[in-house]
Amino acid sequence: MSSKNKIEKLKTDNSSPSIIEGCEKPDEFSTLNLGPTHPATHGIFQNVLKMDGEIVMDSESTIGYIHRAFEKIAEHRPYYQFTPITDRLNYCSSPINNMGWHMAVEKLVGIEIPKRVQYLRVIIMELARISDHIICNSVIGVDTGAMTGFLYIFQMRERIYEIYEELCGARLTTNIGRIGGLERDFTPKAWSLIDKFLVDFPPALKEFENLLMRNRIFMDRTIGCGPISAERALNYSFSGPNLRAAGVDYDVRVMNPYCSYEEFDFIIPVGLNGDTYDRFMVREGEMWESVKIIQQAIEKVKKEPAGVFHADVPEFYLPPKEEVYNNMEALIYHFKIVMGETAIPKGEVYQAVEGGNGELGYYIISDGGRAPYRVHIRRPCFIYYQAYAEMIKGGMLSDAILTMSSMNVIAGELDA
Amino acid sequence: MDKEALLTAVQEKLKAQFGEGIISSELLYDYPVFTIKSDLICDVVRFLYNDDELAFQYLTTLAGIHYPDNKGQELGIMYQLHNLPKNLRIRIKIAVSINHPVVPTITPVFSAANWMERQEFDFFGIIFNGHPNLKRILNMDEMTYHPMRKEYPLEDGTREDKDDKMFGR
Repeated sequence: MSSKNKIEKLKTDNSSPSIIEGCEKPDEFSTLNLGPTHPATHGIFQNVLKMDGEIVMDSESTIGYIHRAFEKIAEHRPYYQFTPITDRLNYCSSPINNMGWHMAVEKLVGIEIPKRVQYLRVIIMELARISDHIICNSVIGVDTGAMTGFLYIFQMRERIYEIYEELCGARLTTNIGRIGGLERDFTPKAWSLIDKFLVDFPPALKEFENLLMRNRIFMDRTIGCGPISAERALNYSFSGPNLRAAGVDYDVRVMNPYCSYEEFDFIIPVGLNGDTYDRFMVREGEMWESVKIIQQAIEKVKKEPAGVFHADVPEFYLPPKEEVYNNMEALIYHFKIVMGETAIPKGEVYQAVEGGNGELGYYIISDGGRAPYRVHIRRPCFIYYQAYAEMIKGGMLSDAILTMSSMNVIAGELDA
Repeated sequence: MDKEALLTAVQEKLKAQFGEGIISSELLYDYPVFTIKSDLICDVVRFLYNDDELAFQYLTTLAGIHYPDNKGQELGIMYQLHNLPKNLRIRIKIAVSINHPVVPTITPVFSAANWMERQEFDFFGIIFNGHPNLKRILNMDEMTYHPMRKEYPLEDGTREDKDDKMFGR
């Protein structure tokens, strides 16, 4: 039987037994362990592949190697203490995770955030989106054998991390912002770093695109690699760039706007075939849109009253330290917040943000206690990674590697 | 369609189709929430999927919940459905007894439910009847308990170096 016929048969026959338990004709297929620690998987997850030569006939994913029980931890921590843990979800764009958590809690408590803070948050989130897409797209380049773009564009990621550093002091796991606003205002140095970044980034991105976008080798390598149709993608609850690459224009920022995203003028890039090239192109398009959004946000911030960086919610927002030492009321609030004595309303909320790789949702149930009763995190990676087996079936092993890197699967988010 | 209109529209359709199977409906923050009988969940989800007007064809997420004091209905599951073209979102809740935590799977309708249900099986021990591959996903197979249930402490209970009486839950 030729391998083509085998693939056809395989695609219609879904009753094959678990490959971990062994296949029927061991002389015909070989089993290959891809992972758990394989440099090409860019994270710790295992795939057991059933191979016919170089063709993937079937696969089974094993995940959970870095499971840290975030949802259980959340039930034992006050709301503000859970923020650093959200950093560890999709650590390529931690600020978006932080903001999503703050917004979920603010929605639960009913805090109105001033416009200026919302725009500042938009700037932070779009920077995070750019850094996330830089990593994913340059790694697609690496997996196709193009190291240059990766090393080159990583300078720009470094620049974004310098901006984070100026905003909050941290680089990768940022813990940026607080419930009710930001922990401090943007410093003049932060503004100048952002302005400089906006000047330097577009030409750098353009050059990166020149290296790959119309590159014959890159296009031959990625077009038609690991495709998924819009119907299957929706059935698998894809979200983010992976869903948009399949041609569905679902973007949380547009459909259910948060942080005043409805005031911004940007387009949602969509693909057609849902293959690796489309996913790459959608991310490229989104980076350009993010630059546009940041520019608009900077203009909007200028029109707002200066110096506002948090809402007036003393019960949830820690007062500045010098006031705590000199002001009775501030000391009381400080004590109440730190000891977890603030009244949290009962209720349940779901707040979704458009993360670097899809709809990141926080579902909180509060019973009025100092810690949430239940927190569930909708992790986009976890949900769309289960389609991986279907997407690589019948393709080459090297395409499987490329499909994985183009799906932007982040182990921290996958395993939570 | 605003939230109240959505709430009544879905409620009427479900009442007409399932009658007593719909226990309650309410508006929680920006989500219409429906509580239904646990054995109906797959039928309700399929009905909402196929309905021309409502067409909830995107499963946002599902999550288990444990209420130890709610005798007879200790374990709950919430499903969030989304109609992308019209941007309608609802939440459906079911509850089952912890002694017999068996609910029908919704994997025939949504492929995405596969891992989500495996996760809730792993965390809470909810058995999804008809699931194609119901085994643990994040924890190791040898684990003998379901860690998200409230009776399991976050840390080893024999630790003496840490006193959490004043802080934490």
